[in-house]
Amino acid sequence: MLNKALEKTRRLSPNTTMSNFAELKTELTAQIQAANDLEKLEQARVHVLGKKGKLTEQMKTLGSMDAETRKTAGPALNAIKEEITALIKTQEDGLKRQAMAEKLSKETIDITLPIRQEKKGAIHPISRTIEEMLTIFADMGFEVREGPDIEDEWHNFDALNIPEHHPAREMQDTFFMPSDENGKKYVLRTQTSGVQIRTMMNEKPPIRVVVPGRVYRSDYDMTHTPMFHQMEGLVIDKATHMGHLKGTLKAFCEAFFEVDELPIRFRPSFFPFTEPSAEVDIGCSRKDGGLKIGAGDDWLEILGCGMVHPNVLRNCGIDPDEYQGFAFGMGVDRLAMLKFGIPDLRTMFESDTRWLSHYGFDPLDPPSTSKKKS
Amino acid sequence: MKFTLSWLKQYLDTNASLEEISEKLTALGLEVDGIEDKAADFEPFKVAYVKSAEQHPNADRLRVCQVETADHGIVQVVCGAPNARAGMKAVFAPSGSYIPGLDVTLKKSEIRGVESNGMLVSEKEMQLSDEHNGIIDLPEDTKIGTKLADLFGLNDPIIEISLTPDRADCAGIYGIARDLAAAGLGTLKPLDTTPVKGSFDSAIGVKLDFVDKDNTPCPLFLARYIKDVKNTESPKWLVDALESIGVKPISPLVDMTNFFSYAYCRPLHVFDADKLQGDLRVHLADGGETLMALNNKKYTFEKGMTVISDDSGVLEISAIMGGKDTGCSKETKNALLICAYFDPVRTALTGRKLQINSDARYRFERGIDPAFTVPAMEMATKMLIELCGGEPSHVVTAGAVPDITREIEFDMAKTKKLIGLDIPEMTQVEILEKLGFTVSKKGAHYLVKTPSWRGDVEGQADLVEEVIRVYGYDHLETLTLEKTTATNKEAETHKTWLGRKARSVLAARGLLECVSWSFMDEKMAAVFGSNDNALTLLNPISEDLKHMRPSILPNLCQAAQRNADRGYANAALFEVGPVFQGVKEDQQPLCAAGIRFQKAKDKNWNEQARAVDVFDVKADLFAVLETLGFSPDNVQITRNVPDYYHPGQSGAVQLGKNVIGYFGVLHPLTVEALDLDGDVVGFEIFVENLPEKKYKGASKPLLTLNPLMPLHRDFAFIVDETTDANAVLVAARFTDRKLIAGASLFDVYQGKGVEEGKKSIAISVTIQPEGEALTDKDIEALSQKIIAEVGKKTGGVLR
Repeated sequence: MLNKALEKTRRLSPNTTMSNFAELKTELTAQIQAANDLEKLEQARVHVLGKKGKLTEQMKTLGSMDAETRKTAGPALNAIKEEITALIKTQEDGLKRQAMAEKLSKETIDITLPIRQEKKGAIHPISRTIEEMLTIFADMGFEVREGPDIEDEWHNFDALNIPEHHPAREMQDTFFMPSDENGKKYVLRTQTSGVQIRTMMNEKPPIRVVVPGRVYRSDYDMTHTPMFHQMEGLVIDKATHMGHLKGTLKAFCEAFFEVDELPIRFRPSFFPFTEPSAEVDIGCSRKDGGLKIGAGDDWLEILGCGMVHPNVLRNCGIDPDEYQGFAFGMGVDRLAMLKFGIPDLRTMFESDTRWLSHYGFDPLDPPSTSKKKS
Repeated sequence: MKFTLSWLKQYLDTNASLEEISEKLTALGLEVDGIEDKAADFEPFKVAYVKSAEQHPNADRLRVCQVETADHGIVQVVCGAPNARAGMKAVFAPSGSYIPGLDVTLKKSEIRGVESNGMLVSEKEMQLSDEHNGIIDLPEDTKIGTKLADLFGLNDPIIEISLTPDRADCAGIYGIARDLAAAGLGTLKPLDTTPVKGSFDSAIGVKLDFVDKDNTPCPLFLARYIKDVKNTESPKWLVDALESIGVKPISPLVDMTNFFSYAYCRPLHVFDADKLQGDLRVHLADGGETLMALNNKKYTFEKGMTVISDDSGVLEISAIMGGKDTGCSKETKNALLICAYFDPVRTALTGRKLQINSDARYRFERGIDPAFTVPAMEMATKMLIELCGGEPSHVVTAGAVPDITREIEFDMAKTKKLIGLDIPEMTQVEILEKLGFTVSKKGAHYLVKTPSWRGDVEGQADLVEEVIRVYGYDHLETLTLEKTTATNKEAETHKTWLGRKARSVLAARGLLECVSWSFMDEKMAAVFGSNDNALTLLNPISEDLKHMRPSILPNLCQAAQRNADRGYANAALFEVGPVFQGVKEDQQPLCAAGIRFQKAKDKNWNEQARAVDVFDVKADLFAVLETLGFSPDNVQITRNVPDYYHPGQSGAVQLGKNVIGYFGVLHPLTVEALDLDGDVVGFEIFVENLPEKKYKGASKPLLTLNPLMPLHRDFAFIVDETTDANAVLVAARFTDRKLIAGASLFDVYQGKGVEEGKKSIAISVTIQPEGEALTDKDIEALSQKIIAEVGKKTGGVLR
């Protein structure tokens, strides 16, 4: 560029002091290029472009030139100034980069040092399972209801068509509490079904609810713990029948176990609060000690259900000739074990941090009804 | 309930296979729990001939036998049994077969240098008996290849069903046969109930001694005196039958009663008539009577329990268990056979109170067939005479057969309504009749009379179940329950929401969620403030799971210590669950509680190790509050804490008078009671005590952004060391509610330069101008106001 400018000057006015300019430019360029740090570069800049700089001095002479000379000298000098300015900028950038590189090279640290400690929390698989179940049932239009763990005998037994002498009342290995000052008897609820009663007494059909919660039975071995979790379902309206019950449970099991088609089998059974009653099996295969849900030639018992017993409806002030519906109850802990491959029920309640970390869930990954990948 | 296939077939004429029967049982609601088929297990074991038995070259006690087998030709077997000899018939187990008594699967092997294939087995090795003096030694004429199962009569598969409590009728094998026949799996054989003629009047009479004759616990009682019996030994068929279902044979008179229980669901009792004094009296106990029962336990009766007495006192707990002194023995010469009907309810209550589980109670409390009492007496007499000889008296009858049948008006449209299936009325009638119901037409409906053995059938819904049970549950359709509304008002309740949010934030803050027992050790509950007997279980599973927890903290602390004991220190745990302040519904609030144990940070390259402190859990608690929509700025921190917290290093969080939660260091005495090895801090939030905010729609308030920059001014005040830092902050913060947007604490200092008993508190106040920028003069004036306000509220002086 510089050369081009000089060419131009030369061409325009061969008689001017072109050779002087060229010399000047060469000298200035050398000075700038010789500056090997920012301080020296600044000195060079002042030397060239400062108030008394060489180039500035030259520019000042333009005024005293005759018009003809100035016509060629002016642009030539300006061109030199521009190019020198650009050169200084380029030199400055280079020096700055060089300085930064030097500085950075001294700042290297060991990036393999560990991060600052942070504890990693997790959601218990039982909570996770309840949330997943509620998500699925919400999708089917079920609402949630809850009730107390310490329940009175009427709600836990009598209202559910389990009279005092009934073998079922002993069958369930109830934990009994002392009676209160009015002689009212309390138990730890053996099932979440008491909340059915509360719901039917407080609300009018149509009713469609699920009830998660802790339940208690006096039993402690490989497959039983004195406290576990249940989820109860209740639908009351005028036309819901056992076919809907089967469809609802099939849809739930398919969503919960994330399989597209799950064989489901109803077997007659007995619960005092339902009639007809059924136990429900889902298809599975047991091979090489492993259990796979969905496919196969075997059955796995998963829950109990039935049409709400007319006596239960009556006990809640609902006319069994007008209204009917179904109820089901499933073990949350067992579903969690099946879905997540947890081998021992008792470990659920042991609070071993290794177990909690391993089987627990990320709190930032809430359940959804979408099928998981892979 | 256990029974053998052959026993079932005594009552059911059927060609159905074991598999078909098993499937049908389950389909009928008589769920098959398991089938033990010894014939299948014993398939490989067959009779073989020992051609030769030579001394083993390298072992004195072993013999090398050449064995002629049915399936494997001549096989060499090394045998150590003393009775192994040439020419004997023995049972051969080939390589690859499983020997139950040894729990091994045989492999071809070499024993002291000699090849051996399979083995000759003893009864013990086959788990047939304890006999192990030698291998099974069979008569010489036993055919080679005869199956072991055939030799020992083990061809009879044993079926076990789990019986639901409503089906008393199937607590006898005959009832099971009846159900299978109704379901089309054969024909029920009739029972021979021909009366047995008595030849004399019983020397012992019976009296039903009840005041309320319309509501007696024993409406019918039959007795029969049988003289000159020999109670020596039961025949093989009876012994085998009882043993096959796990009942120990004792003597013919006892075995017979057991046989009737299992075969016909008809408990009987036989007294040794010579041990009785006077007539029998069935009555309610006065209370205080005692009896040494057949199980060798002594029982004392409460007033109103039903018992059978003679002149000497109580002889039997009615429907439950007989007495030891009047029971039969080998020496019994004269027997008194009892066949009676007792009320299920009172049987259940007495049995439960006395805590006796017997086969008789099991059946009576579920409800036996009262109409079968009279025929059963005849059948039992016949069997007794067959087993023990003797001569029967006339039957002594007290009371009459109670009628427990019901007439139910049945609208068969109900079937379709309840189960959604169109089952033709004729089919429904047929099913019910096969099950023993009597069906007649009544207008548009039917009148269905229940059979005497089905006390459980009470109404239309029960009849629908009978129909679908036999028709087949597998016919049920699979229908979708249509959603009725687009939105779901309470897909999550407020309480569910509180729990879920609390769990999420605590887990995100690094705590692991636990689920621990709702009950705990009584002493520990007392440490945490619960002395209420109303919260102690009457029948706890163990002493350490006895009292309903007043707090979740002890469970978490103990869990943390257990983890530390196995090498995993510094646990940070939480639980969201109920705590119990009483038995009423509103005394079981949901609580989110957590603890941090030992070190908050281990020593590391970047920081010093640091023990947990009160501010760790204060942060946890505040995070929960915030996630539930409550600004920590708006709560009050007081020292209103329960005794289990450190009095000086803990706080309560209140909204007005309403206590929301606690946080802090646990009291040293609590730590001692919990036997904890390290610092522990905890928090508890009673999330339901937070007022439920009124929902104002999904739309958020409009955001207005202030164009003016906020300013920060720092102040340091000298206050008494007992003054709460928060008081200074609050005073500064509320000096001017409009201009001051916040105040934060950045230093607390005591020591050089600060007078003894005082501390320096440095705060930074954020000033947010509104509308127009503030001048230096404005700011100076505001600063003075802050200094004055802090001075007024806390006595603080600008440092």
